[in-house]
Amino acid sequence: MEFLLELVVSVLIVLGGFFALVGSVGMVKLPDLLTRLHAPTKATTLGVGGALAASMVFFAGFEGDLSIHEVLITAFLFLTAPISAHFIAKAHLHEHAELRDGLPPTGRAQGWSTFDSLPDPDDEDDGDDARAAHH
Amino acid sequence: MITHALNFGFFALSLAVLLNLWRLLRGPSLMDRVLAVDTMVINIIALIILFGIQQRTTIFFEAALLFAMFGFISTVAYCRFVLRGDVIE
Repeated sequence: MEFLLELVVSVLIVLGGFFALVGSVGMVKLPDLLTRLHAPTKATTLGVGGALAASMVFFAGFEGDLSIHEVLITAFLFLTAPISAHFIAKAHLHEHAELRDGLPPTGRAQGWSTFDSLPDPDDEDDGDDARAAHH
Repeated sequence: MITHALNFGFFALSLAVLLNLWRLLRGPSLMDRVLAVDTMVINIIALIILFGIQQRTTIFFEAALLFAMFGFISTVAYCRFVLRGDVIE
């Protein structure tokens, strides 16, 4: 039983370290920011999740106190990682206006919210005009 | 066995922080640096957790939670500053 617990904790720690490393290597190797954003937000979050799960199993199994702190930290990180990635991508698009030509059409009257303002409710053609001007 | 796993974890996470520092130094754009700081904060949270396991104490959880909150808030503040020119309007 002791051995099994140790094995679980060790595997979780090694997995966590490995995925955190993969995320950071991806951030160094990938070519531009929008691809670079993928590595830290997915792999690194999984890595820190592994370390937190290891800590939870360790303190529940060896010290005998099941703590909820790890769940709090994990939930917080898993909730905030996509939000910060979304913000970073939006700020990047805001800084590089030439990237709007690579975006797919929205399929609606209004364009992408980062580049085009909301359509005027009084004037239905406003968004179409903005899209036509941009193509 | 946990000792060896912890050593591997410390090595991997320290290497990850070094790679983040390299990206922070090289940039090239402003948002690359913000992303590097954000990732570095997450890696340091994992380091703190592993240190807590090594020391067999739960006292570092509050530090890790504070790091998580401040990392998120600083990332959002940077991005809002770039997007809107102001952090709180």
